[in-house]
Amino acid sequence: MPQGGPSWGEHGKERRPFLSVPFLLPLLLLLTIALAAFLTSGIGAYKIPYASILRLWASPLDPSAAQGVDETARYIVLHVRLARVCLALVVGGALALAGAVYQGVLLNPLADPFTLGVSTGAAFGASLAILLGAGGVHFLSVNALPPAAFAGAVLALYMVYLLGRVDGRIQTTTLVLAGIIVSTFLSAWISLLKSLNEDSISTIVFWIMGSFSGKSWVHVLLVLPYLLVGMGIILSYARELDILTLGDIQAQQLGVNVQRLRFRLLLAASLVTAAAVAVSGVIGFVGLVVPHLVRLGLGPQHRRLLPAVILAGALLVLISDTLARSILPGGEELPVGVVTAILGGPFFCFLLMHRKKYLQL
Amino acid sequence: MLSPDASQEVSSALIRVEGLRCGYPGHEVLKGVSFEVQPGELVGILGPNGSGKTTLLLTLTGVVPLQEGEVSILGSPLERLNAKDRARRMAAVAQESQIRFPYSCLEIVRMGRYPHQKRWQMDSLEDERVVRRCVEIMDIQELSHRLISATSGGERQRVVMGRALAQEAPVLLLDEATSAMDVHRKLQVFRVLDRLNREEGLTVLTVLHDVNLAALFCRRMIFLKEGAVVADGPTEEVLTAEILERVYETRVWVQDVPMTGKRQVVFLP
Repeated sequence: MPQGGPSWGEHGKERRPFLSVPFLLPLLLLLTIALAAFLTSGIGAYKIPYASILRLWASPLDPSAAQGVDETARYIVLHVRLARVCLALVVGGALALAGAVYQGVLLNPLADPFTLGVSTGAAFGASLAILLGAGGVHFLSVNALPPAAFAGAVLALYMVYLLGRVDGRIQTTTLVLAGIIVSTFLSAWISLLKSLNEDSISTIVFWIMGSFSGKSWVHVLLVLPYLLVGMGIILSYARELDILTLGDIQAQQLGVNVQRLRFRLLLAASLVTAAAVAVSGVIGFVGLVVPHLVRLGLGPQHRRLLPAVILAGALLVLISDTLARSILPGGEELPVGVVTAILGGPFFCFLLMHRKKYLQL
Repeated sequence: MLSPDASQEVSSALIRVEGLRCGYPGHEVLKGVSFEVQPGELVGILGPNGSGKTTLLLTLTGVVPLQEGEVSILGSPLERLNAKDRARRMAAVAQESQIRFPYSCLEIVRMGRYPHQKRWQMDSLEDERVVRRCVEIMDIQELSHRLISATSGGERQRVVMGRALAQEAPVLLLDEATSAMDVHRKLQVFRVLDRLNREEGLTVLTVLHDVNLAALFCRRMIFLKEGAVVADGPTEEVLTAEILERVYETRVWVQDVPMTGKRQVVFLP
């Protein structure tokens, strides 16, 4: 066993073969996502039979399919629930992908947009933009929220990076500690900004704990361009990410320009995070849990890992959001971040305890 | 500055180091090092701890920036090569290669093909052929599907050496690469390097603490001490009691061993 390195969850000496079949896991995930999207579309205060949902889903392709389904159901299925499902999927995919990048680039198993303070930084940037009057969401018009969130995300990451350095080296736990501090600090500022803006407590909670409540296709279209650009950059560097995980010296000697690549990947991951946060607030732990779980099945190679991470993150957030909007008996909604934190918190503890063996912290 | 004769030498030298000064903030390690390596040489770099051997290799591979002097690799100044160009010209193996993610050993060897690959491109048949050959050369077939985190230090070094060979660079730089191996493996690896050096013209620069291992395989030795070259020349000329005592500040007994025809050294307590 290599000494002094954190564990990345190896199980046994050999890779488990069944998940190594190319495309098997992504395919399974895609099918599960489709099934989950269908099933969760039937959950809600307004009861709609699954047969109607199926016919409504087919209606964009075949207008005759939706005949006999009432207009309210049509609106709810296609414009409320499907939009929310899609938003949950893209946000989940984005957060999980960003987590995988942070973990690989920073060689830190505890890294994730939330633990690094990037998500809260993005939420702070967006809150500030809203306070300054840039909050209105208009269809197909340029909206200042994602860029403002990106600026906040980069600023937070830079602060965490500076705070997390000890003698010029980035320590695993110090970095996360810095992330939590920056995150807490900026959360307080979000609360303050929102209070100054005379917003309700619920909008504060929305930004700090995340929610997809009241979101529509406009929001999906608003963030999709940013997500696609960020994901494109990240996926194009999948091979370099593998080499970066060997550490600076080996990566440099294998032909990777370490400084430049790390900078680009951190920016791309922060862009993807910021876009997600701009429409959903801070949803924690998705980017922490998902890459680890997928790595258990597929191994660490990023060309295989990243597509599956995106899909698995999408699925996790879709399920979490469905729980968040259906678990309370009175029909009230929980912030989705509550659900992901309840699921992800214990996982974080497990990782922290597991790596004690290696780092003697 | 260069005379016409000297510039001809530049074109034939694989590595040319001229007046190299470099180090870390507030601590200069190399204080004016100069040497040239011709194609096909097998050079040992020796010297006590802190003499700058590792820093020299890190500078050649662009990890430590040079502060003064010139380094050129196959005729191109080091600072004008980008990372990929450099990795196509020189491969390196460090004393210890920590790998935290649980890649399989084969995946590690495949990473050596990176400097030859284009973006979005899958591994080509040529890549696979080279990787398979390097796995055979380093005798790590049985490790291929083992996770790198489940290998011993010596096994990991052979995998990383396979990765370096997969870069297909004309120059191989080794920094105490075999120190985690047992005697049998150590000799096996050096026999392989010796064969690649003689048959395929691979140029090898290896930092070694083990003077006797260096004496067995290196045909030329460069002795460093306190960041400067103390002696540089064919092994039989520089591996002398006088030079060794100057470098290591220890009494030595040097003898030619009839069985191997090589010179061996005994450090006296």
